[in-house]
Amino acid sequence: MSTVTRAQLAETIYAQVGLSRNESADLLEAVLERISTALEAGESVKISGFGTFSVRQKGRRIGRNPKTGVEVPILPRRVLVFRPSQVLKGTVNGEVVDDDGEDS
Amino acid sequence: MTKSELIAALAEANPHLTGKDVETIVATIFDQISLALARGERVELRGFGAFTIKQRLARTGRNPRTGEAVPVDEKVVPFFKAGKELRSRVNKGAARTEPTRG
Repeated sequence: MSTVTRAQLAETIYAQVGLSRNESADLLEAVLERISTALEAGESVKISGFGTFSVRQKGRRIGRNPKTGVEVPILPRRVLVFRPSQVLKGTVNGEVVDDDGEDS
Repeated sequence: MTKSELIAALAEANPHLTGKDVETIVATIFDQISLALARGERVELRGFGAFTIKQRLARTGRNPRTGEAVPVDEKVVPFFKAGKELRSRVNKGAARTEPTRG
């Protein structure tokens, strides 16, 4: 499967906005960094038409080493979850979805 | 944080850009990720995470209200897996706000 990376995204910004390649890459990084900082603070990030990144608190539970069967405590932790919007779910299935079809 | 708050914060930090430019940049990023997924490609942003699609087989669902069986077609769903760095940043945020005991 072909993979899109920072380089291609920055190249598209460069082509669409007319910033320098360097600045396009910096702006992409700034976007990812802002999102990361908000999530780090436990805040949800909602990108309409795309999806919502949110942080979920997981409680302490007892896990098991599947190889040895030994019980190990899994400490409380926070995990990141991404919920795609209706628009994105439609797009990946080749549908054209109205923006109003977006879930909250 | 919403998309418009993200745009506003970036515009403030980059006064040499117009609000419209910043809007285009943010829209371009998410549009390109969506389009790549629609082409069946994966988007990998090291440190942040990877967007991929997962295949879901056709199944028989049920209308939860009536209990009626409804066929659900095969489909693909978007999936995001946080990168190592982001995963640990999110979890460290927890350590700061809720110190874990022993």
